Amino acid sequence: MNETIPLGREYMERYPEWREALPGNDLPWLAQRRADAFRRFAERGFPTRKVEAWKYTNLNPLTKKLFAPGAGLAATPGALPADALDEKSVHRLLFINGRAAPGLINGRAAPEATHALPDGVRLMPLSEALETVPDLLAPLLAADAEPEEAGLLEMNTALMTEGAVLLLEPGVRLEKPVHFFFLTTEDAGEAAMHLRNLLVAGKGSEATVFEHYLGTGQTGHWTNVVTEIVLADDAHLHHYKLQNESKAAYHIAATTAKIGERAVYDNFAMSLGATLARNDIQARLDGRGIDCRLNGLHLARGHQHMDTTTVLDHQKPECRSSETYKSVVDDRAETVFQGKVLVRPDSQKTSAHQLNRNLLLSDEASANAKPELRIYADDVQCSHGATISELDEQALFYFRSRGIAEDVARRLLTEAFLAEMVEEVKDPAVHAVLHQAMTDWLGQAWPKGGRP
Amino acid sequence: MPSLLEIKDLHATVGGQEILRGLTLTVEAGEVHAVMGPNGSGKSTLAHVLAGRPGYAVTKGEIRLQGKDLLEMSTEARACEGVFLGLQYPVEIPGVSNMYFLKAALNAIRSHRGETELDAIEFLKIAREKAKLLEMNENLLQRAVNVGFSGGEKKRNEIFQMALLNPTLAVLDETDSGLDIDALRIVSDGINALRSETRAILLITHYQRLLEYIVPDKVHVLSEGRIVKTGGKELALELEKSGYADFEKKDAAAMTASA
Repeated sequence: MNETIPLGREYMERYPEWREALPGNDLPWLAQRRADAFRRFAERGFPTRKVEAWKYTNLNPLTKKLFAPGAGLAATPGALPADALDEKSVHRLLFINGRAAPGLINGRAAPEATHALPDGVRLMPLSEALETVPDLLAPLLAADAEPEEAGLLEMNTALMTEGAVLLLEPGVRLEKPVHFFFLTTEDAGEAAMHLRNLLVAGKGSEATVFEHYLGTGQTGHWTNVVTEIVLADDAHLHHYKLQNESKAAYHIAATTAKIGERAVYDNFAMSLGATLARNDIQARLDGRGIDCRLNGLHLARGHQHMDTTTVLDHQKPECRSSETYKSVVDDRAETVFQGKVLVRPDSQKTSAHQLNRNLLLSDEASANAKPELRIYADDVQCSHGATISELDEQALFYFRSRGIAEDVARRLLTEAFLAEMVEEVKDPAVHAVLHQAMTDWLGQAWPKGGRP
Repeated sequence: MPSLLEIKDLHATVGGQEILRGLTLTVEAGEVHAVMGPNGSGKSTLAHVLAGRPGYAVTKGEIRLQGKDLLEMSTEARACEGVFLGLQYPVEIPGVSNMYFLKAALNAIRSHRGETELDAIEFLKIAREKAKLLEMNENLLQRAVNVGFSGGEKKRNEIFQMALLNPTLAVLDETDSGLDIDALRIVSDGINALRSETRAILLITHYQRLLEYIVPDKVHVLSEGRIVKTGGKELALELEKSGYADFEKKDAAAMTASA
């Protein structure tokens, strides 16, 4: 097996044509970055499992057929799902099948959905940002020419079509969460959606962002999303994600966060959907006194494969990081957690703690855990732990011996395993959505084992 | 009227090994029986077989609870029919509060009995009452089940559960183990308060000490998976003096003979 699978010839042949339809075509800096990225990706190809960072996840299904960019897809909004967040509690940016849904964009849409954004906040689709504020984007968007662990990042740069842009000026505080709502419908077909989000928080600013993927159809589309985050000194960003794509979809996501002094970056991601899901997070702690928390849940069943791979790069002294990732794996599903923590020589007084716990609900379910600590400083506090287990037979018996039915006991113990994870999410509106999604998942696992 | 508990010629294996080898025992309503015996005689196996623990296979014999075939029932069905097992080592369950656990249990049993389920407020009222009986600190109700409880608190929590669930047959497995003298008194007082004309209690214990606090109607000696002697409360005192040596010697002889 080779380290990579070359990009199919059709991609090579059709890229010039696709490129014509991409936003920001008239911006020379962007055209150059796209061209360079495409050339590099074409040289490099899709990573295979020979590449350490992709050891447990096979991208073959994505290489076997051509996923054409879904540029021509209609953006007609159907009825929004009933469990969507109440519009009054969020600032929403809606995308349907990878396209910004105009007329529903917060701030310029139907009056009842309007919540004026405070001064100093820019919230708009990428396509609009490239038209209206290209100079603000130029130093930030795809500016890292040689990303270390590129994955599909360069393919994304070459083909990025749409996404959410949030720019906060220094000192701005957003009270309500910003809802990046990526909805896919039956129309998504087998399209590829190369999405690019950009979140930039100026010095001392604060916001909550809820990145939300919801598939209402059964489509086998491919979401390839990259989220670039830059936090200036003293900024606080609470970044929550719910991936609930259609069960046949592919969801490949990479988040890169560059974090400044004393800033707080708090990431929580829950994965429920897609047949193949990968969530990459790379956090660069590029200042003293940073507090970085990465947490997440995989709830996997059927034949789902879910992979979370994180890299925490402690570049400066006196930073704290903590990671807790949990998976509940049923049927023949498989989950992966790879957590690399790098403590560079200068990063004295670092505190870095990592925990990965996996609960297998079936004999055929599997979980992979690969912690990787590289510590080059000596005055540090670091820990890691990983467990893979089944429901505790003794606890199950204890419940049943008190009259509690086995289904209910299994559900309660699974809830207990998950307990407190969602509590990391402080915003009540987002918390409610995540909690409901988790409860629904548990309800599907034990349809007869309702709450006692 | 059938006996409250009737065990006939019970054989059971654990991990393929026969532990109970023809155990016969009858307990009437209102009675407290003690089952004593040396380590490995099958005391705990009997307790777990009665509760229906997976992995304990009954190969022969029968168990009837008020005439009903217990072996036909699932673990939870037995609990709903009134079987309660007080565990020697109560399980810690992080993430589930004692309150939530017990409310789920009580409501499962109430619903089985055709009674209405209790809401949180009604439940709390009853729980507080019963907690007093065991001199249990109320904050133990809010804590995760047995997590961070002392040995004594765990055992009190077991008897507290018994008080709440109001079983027909309570099987208490080594409830006295690991208790200091004060905790032993509290737990024993709690059990004595739960003696009733409609309930039977099976005390499983290695030591006679517990029986100074809870006076049994009958004492059985279990050895090699069978009841080898039955007597009144004075039998426990006899055992205290002579120990189980007599029975163990016999076992050793039997083992040599069969080898």
